[in-house]
Amino acid sequence: MAEIVLDGITKRYPDGALAVRGVDLTIADGEFVILVGPSGCGKSTTLNMIAGLEDITEGTLRIAGQVVNDRAPKDRDIAMVFQSYALYPHMSVRDNMGFALRLAKADKATIAAKVEEAARILDLTQHLDRKPANLSGGQRQRVAMGRAIVRDPKAFLMDEPLSNLDAKLRVQMRTQIAALQRRLGTTTVYVTHDQVEAMTLGDRVVVMRAGVVQQVGSPQELYDEPVNLFVAGFIGSPGMNFLGAALAENTLRTSLGALPLDDRTRRALERADAPRDLIVGIRPEDFEDAALGEHTGGAVCTVTVEVRESVGSDVYVHFAEEGGPVPTEELAELAADSGRADTGLQEHRVVARLSTATRAAEGGPLDLWVDTARIHVFDPRTGANLTHPERAAG
Amino acid sequence: MSARPSTRLSTRQARSLTGWGIANLAVVLYALFPVWWIVALSFKDPATLSDGDFVPRTWTWANYRGIFRTSEFTRALVNSIGIAVIATTVAVVLGTMAAYAVARLRFPGKRLLIGVSLLIAMFPPISLVSPLFDIERVLGLFDTWAGLIIPYMTFSLPLAIYTLSAFFREIPWDLEKAAKVDGATPWQAFRLVIAPLAAPGVFTTGILVFIFCWNDFLFAISLTSTTSARTVPAAIAFFTGSSQFEQPTGSIAAAAVIITIPIVVFVLLFQRRIVAGLTAGAVKG
Ligand SMILES: Nc1ncnc2c1ncn2[C@@H]1O[C@H](COP(=O)(O)OP(=O)(O)OP(=O)(O)O)[C@@H](O)[C@H]1O
Ligand SMILES: [Mg+2]
Repeated sequence: MAEIVLDGITKRYPDGALAVRGVDLTIADGEFVILVGPSGCGKSTTLNMIAGLEDITEGTLRIAGQVVNDRAPKDRDIAMVFQSYALYPHMSVRDNMGFALRLAKADKATIAAKVEEAARILDLTQHLDRKPANLSGGQRQRVAMGRAIVRDPKAFLMDEPLSNLDAKLRVQMRTQIAALQRRLGTTTVYVTHDQVEAMTLGDRVVVMRAGVVQQVGSPQELYDEPVNLFVAGFIGSPGMNFLGAALAENTLRTSLGALPLDDRTRRALERADAPRDLIVGIRPEDFEDAALGEHTGGAVCTVTVEVRESVGSDVYVHFAEEGGPVPTEELAELAADSGRADTGLQEHRVVARLSTATRAAEGGPLDLWVDTARIHVFDPRTGANLTHPERAAG
Repeated sequence: MSARPSTRLSTRQARSLTGWGIANLAVVLYALFPVWWIVALSFKDPATLSDGDFVPRTWTWANYRGIFRTSEFTRALVNSIGIAVIATTVAVVLGTMAAYAVARLRFPGKRLLIGVSLLIAMFPPISLVSPLFDIERVLGLFDTWAGLIIPYMTFSLPLAIYTLSAFFREIPWDLEKAAKVDGATPWQAFRLVIAPLAAPGVFTTGILVFIFCWNDFLFAISLTSTTSARTVPAAIAFFTGSSQFEQPTGSIAAAAVIITIPIVVFVLLFQRRIVAGLTAGAVKG
């Protein structure tokens, strides 16, 4: 167990690709930190640098207070779980789990005891003498976990450990990993692509984009107070809706109508010396059917429902919106990552999450209430969230 | 309803199995006919040697006794075994290291290395024989074991590198990373994880290289002059009949049978190691 400190960590691959740029991150002892970001943003590279599998181009890496930049992986005392599991196919489950201990020259009795213990925790006892080829995907995943926990290392590094499992197993393993980490209290860095894993597993989430850390914070912080357009769009599923807006007096003119500014937003925009053209971000749950209940403040707009999806607990309503936001690099990247860019739907669509009591019908008109107190306003030039509390207070 | 398609399928399967069986039998017969012919020849006595019978009328060990009567053949056998084993071992060890580097590392001159080894493989050995002859005379390697081991290694290395690098490429990178994180030194990772998985490839390559060295006639006949390094294929060419009017056919057949035995033994011995799919189960599932 140990603290891991990344100080200005940069990685440039021999071919010149700059995969990670100046990452500063302090991972406290026993903390569970998640790295998320679109494909190719440098998550695996960062993890491999912590493990010692990739050289660090610039910056210092400290594990438990010691600079380990030039130490071989074997001298860093960390365990890693790979996306492919990387089980040794010629060894039994028992030998796979005991491999690290055997290399560390632990005596036979200790190895046997530790392997048995790990197997018991992971429910692998009856499979100890089988080869990985004869195990199911979930069992292989557990062996990979077992190989990490028998060692009692300073830290666990996990690179998309669940992405090869089917959806149901993934949920089970997710809770199991969370419970295991709490119980062992080992510092953990976990790379994932999965929204739900990112939001539920970690103490803190690190959002990366193109090798740069965008924001570090608790899942709730990232959700409620994203620092920029990218984080706002990346965190949350379905994602935040972005609309083009023009600032006029005390309102934001959008294709959904004029949204009145509340004090908080107005002051924030004044302080930031905001440009006239802005991007407004509204989360799906910040809409509601205007016919339901009393709503104070906010604004009401009328839209034509295109698709209505009922998921049991909520109703999702999709509608078209003309214009769309000013195109920015971040939005393009978000669209590419979510696969939206491939669907050929050029027209901008907005999603609203409504209570099941709504009468909204496909093709029919709907009065929507927008909670303007919860909207985010972004500067299209920099992508910065102008309504972020720190900036607003700032 | 579901039974009918399955029976139809099984008759089709049965038919294709018979088809394959017949084809296999034909190929095996075609391949083994000359082998049987030479075995039969080696057991015939000089009188019935050219009777063209498929099975010897009288069986005799005379030909075998004949070739072991002088030390000429035994000497050649020792040379053959020694030279082939040493050349194979060195070629496989060097080939393993080179193939590992080719498959796993980026290093300057990698393309050059691959190109050069390809070039060597394409060079017709016959064109190198006379220069090699001169070089070895000057260096004092002519008619020594080393004089044969070196060209054998040179010509079998490209083959070894190609076969082995294909095997190494099959082994997932992650296994090596996992071993390193588990606390292995690079050498331990290679020895405990990569090498066992590459073993089938190493044995396959070893057999191919061994067969190449064992069967070579061209270098053996050109680069030796006495029994001190002459291998069996070359020594057979020097067999003489018991009188000048008699062909040494029987002795040649017996010698040919004997030098086939080590190859058969070698293949049978390592056949079990050459099982495909040893890497199955390393990743996902
Ligand atoms: N060995 C390498 N040589 C050169 N460039 C590389 C190498 N490995 C990765 N890269 C580049 O570095 C960037 C970051 O890669 P990395 O594997 O860390 O991404 P990632 O965030 O893990 O993505 P994914 O979610 O797809 O796993 C990518 O642009 C990739 O092309
Ligand atoms: Mg990755």
